[in-house]
Amino acid sequence: MSRAAEETRLPASVLSQYEAVIGLEVHAQLKTQTKIFCACSTRFGDPPNQNTCPVCLGLPGTLPVLNRRALELALRAALALHCTVHERARFARKNYFYPDLPKGYQISMYELPLATGGWLEIEHDGTTKRIGITRLHLEEDAGKSLHEGFPDSDRYTYLDFNRCGVPLIEIVSEPDLRSPAEAYAYLTALKQVLEYTEVSDCNMEEGSLRCDANVSVRRRGASRFGTKTEVKNLNSFRYLQRALEYEIERQIAVLESGGQIEQETRLWNLAAARTEPMRSKEFAHDYRYFPEPDLLPVRVPAALQAEILAAMPELPAARRQRFQRDYGLSAYDASVLTDTRARADYFEAVVRAGAAPKAASSWIQTELLRRLNDAGDDIQNSPVAPEALAELIALVEAGTITAASGKKVFAQMFETGKRAAAIVAAEGLSQINDVAELERLCREVIAQHPENAAKYRAGNEGVFKFFVGQVMRATRGQANPQLVNEILQRLLRQE
Amino acid sequence: MSAPTAWTVESVRRALTAKQISARELTDEFFRRIGERNPELNAYLALCPERAYAQADRIDRQVARGASLPLLAGVPVAIKDVISTAGIVTTCGSRILQNYIPPYDATAVTRLEQAGAILLGKTNCDEFAMGSSNENSAYGPVRNPIAPDRVPGGSSGGSAAAVAAGLAVIALGTDTGGSIRQPGALCGIPALMPTYGRVSRYGLIAFASSLDRIGPFGRTVADVAAALTVLAGEDANDSTCARTPVPDYTAELHKPVQGMRLGIPKEYFGAGMDPAVRQRVEQAIQQLAQLGCTIEHISLPHTDYAIATYYLVATAEASSNLARYDGVRFGFRAPAASLAEMYRRTRGQGFGQEVKRRIMLGTYALSAGYYEAYYLRAQKVRSLIARDFAEAFRQVDLIVTPTSPVPAFRLGERTSDPLQMYLADIYTVTGSLAGLPGISVPCGTTPEGLPVGLQILGPHFEEARVLRLAHAFERASGFSS
Ligand SMILES: [Zn+2]
Repeated sequence: MSRAAEETRLPASVLSQYEAVIGLEVHAQLKTQTKIFCACSTRFGDPPNQNTCPVCLGLPGTLPVLNRRALELALRAALALHCTVHERARFARKNYFYPDLPKGYQISMYELPLATGGWLEIEHDGTTKRIGITRLHLEEDAGKSLHEGFPDSDRYTYLDFNRCGVPLIEIVSEPDLRSPAEAYAYLTALKQVLEYTEVSDCNMEEGSLRCDANVSVRRRGASRFGTKTEVKNLNSFRYLQRALEYEIERQIAVLESGGQIEQETRLWNLAAARTEPMRSKEFAHDYRYFPEPDLLPVRVPAALQAEILAAMPELPAARRQRFQRDYGLSAYDASVLTDTRARADYFEAVVRAGAAPKAASSWIQTELLRRLNDAGDDIQNSPVAPEALAELIALVEAGTITAASGKKVFAQMFETGKRAAAIVAAEGLSQINDVAELERLCREVIAQHPENAAKYRAGNEGVFKFFVGQVMRATRGQANPQLVNEILQRLLRQE
Repeated sequence: MSAPTAWTVESVRRALTAKQISARELTDEFFRRIGERNPELNAYLALCPERAYAQADRIDRQVARGASLPLLAGVPVAIKDVISTAGIVTTCGSRILQNYIPPYDATAVTRLEQAGAILLGKTNCDEFAMGSSNENSAYGPVRNPIAPDRVPGGSSGGSAAAVAAGLAVIALGTDTGGSIRQPGALCGIPALMPTYGRVSRYGLIAFASSLDRIGPFGRTVADVAAALTVLAGEDANDSTCARTPVPDYTAELHKPVQGMRLGIPKEYFGAGMDPAVRQRVEQAIQQLAQLGCTIEHISLPHTDYAIATYYLVATAEASSNLARYDGVRFGFRAPAASLAEMYRRTRGQGFGQEVKRRIMLGTYALSAGYYEAYYLRAQKVRSLIARDFAEAFRQVDLIVTPTSPVPAFRLGERTSDPLQMYLADIYTVTGSLAGLPGISVPCGTTPEGLPVGLQILGPHFEEARVLRLAHAFERASGFSS
């Protein structure tokens, strides 16, 4: 943390006298092929201004036409967040001048949003808390000003309108969050819902999930809210918490020194690790909202709501509970396996392919996720298909190979994409279950180490592991460990 | 060949089919006339001969093949310069768009050309369609072909003058508060504002989105009807454009008007009306009675609030619609050292007085603290005005009024007093606010020889009825040009 941030450090005894009140405004990009009011692609990363047309460039005479898919996704999000969807919503114009806003206004919803009054449950510190959703509405994104990266960037700003007109939903929470950690949990849970419902990719690096916060502090026990500031630019989970911590401490410091909080918009400055007031000129806006005359009011008939509700995928919380109930998983395992929809789908595919749920859970968590994490890859791109993992688990469970061999086989499956049976055959890894053969090996090992055998018989049970290890080494790990244990115990006691 | 100004949709079709003239020759003829008259009238701002001849040759090939010709085959048309035309500079009569070349055609333009019309060029207008005299054009005023010391009306003055002077057979205008009907009246030609949502606005450069409409000028009501048949109908690019089926308006013209109940609203015959205009309109009403129509005196009680309501709604929307002219992506940009300064200078130098006045009025009406008192209240009054009409149309089939309280005035006569200019729209803004279709048809001239227009307003999507009465009146009165 920079010095500027250090300076606001207050003793814990002071901090603990205050309580933070936080509400989040989250913008999520809807997963549509085309923009909200024209047919341009929403693809990320294309060369600047490739995905533009007269409509999204705001050329004179053009008109917006609402993308029906965007409306459906917004409705799905609203219903997943338990909002009341209104039968009649209306777009409005939010007027302000900015070079990346080609029409001089943003088409958004204002007086009549799509949905209001929802909630989302978060889990934090082992408890569940319900966070209110004030409203959810549809709007268009603006373009992007490029201030650097061109030879004449010192004199010119470049504009990229690829993002202009990309469909967004804005989700405004109630000021129900009481700590940066709760805010983090809320954003995590919200992201999970939006991903599960395939409403948004929620990719913060690509800007498809963005977050602003309203923050105030008050003395513990006080019923009135303090004056709030709006903190913008919290575009990563990591910075969200840091920025909120900073802002809360800053406000407490102001109050402690007898000052007053100014209602203002502040920007999170990543490099300086602090929030800074936006220049008031930049923000003294009267947006002059009025109903958008170029679009008809948005009608959401009850039948459409019912249709979207009927097609609603299972939500993360429900899936977590089902995994515990139906598969007998622990709360922790269920939580890890439902972290993303893809992960939960993968797990269930492994189970469907015949693996025992607990074994599937264990293999996924200990082997697959670790390797995916090392490779920096997502489970959707796993080189080991769910059916292939189920086959491997079956070989281990049937005793065809040992658990230790199983891990080696898995490593090869991950590297090469080959199926388990093929690897087992090629490497001769099949487990040795032949009792006569194993007994011969055990006798050999005991005969080679009479002093250790004597120790064991004298009561030093610790050397037992030594004999097991020797047999396993002689069989390159393929001996059935349970049989080896039985045989060694019998032979050592006999003599 | 017929007399110089007498071409109509029908006579063009007959002449082409009979091979009395080719589309190319006809195009030559119109460009020759434009070359002769336009220096004086200033009706056209730009011509597009390449595009015109390409289309003419296409039509001539169809004639040669003996193919059946589309509805407006070979008809020379002019387009108001607030309507987007691909590859042809489109200025909106403003300095701020002096070099702006749109990359796309308005739906109305596409439909005219698909119907075989020959696009001659773009016509002068008040800047961003804001004005009632065409004197607010950055490219000079248009003169009235009937009386060149007088205005043609506005804002579609160039289109009205072009048709009245025989420099186009049909012209597209746009009407926000009277900008088609009033110049139609002042230039003595039929001029139709269709129902809001009847003709796609895609490509119409917005002044006030909830009021703006594209409509045709023609030498005859039949020409206006033919043009509307081509222009009307739903458009995937304009979601405010209605899916209401489009009748063949030409076929509808010949149905009888006998027994039609016509409402004469008393509020439209008050003070401020030129006596000669009153006389002509009253005569016209008598003629309509002679055609077998029933005349009923009605009241539209909220008429007095229409001008104030209109100037709040229209300017509020304009203040937002014109925000995009910021010098960033197209059009005029004034050099400046900072962004704020670029905005200020570009808009300060690029827009004319009237446009700036309206942007400021509208910005004010939408501002925090004033929104309820102005914009919102205006919207409520707008609903009351619409309700007046809805109630009236329960008693009567159509409403008949003067189009303009005065005939064409002298250039410069009213420029110093914007309020006086706004009152030129007093009979037309109501139909605009209510979204109704309305036509202005010539109903004679003043003793000085200046044309007077009769306005016929109908219920939503009843253009056929409006046109039918206008057509019957035109035939009975003999005022068709
Ligand atoms: Zn586009």
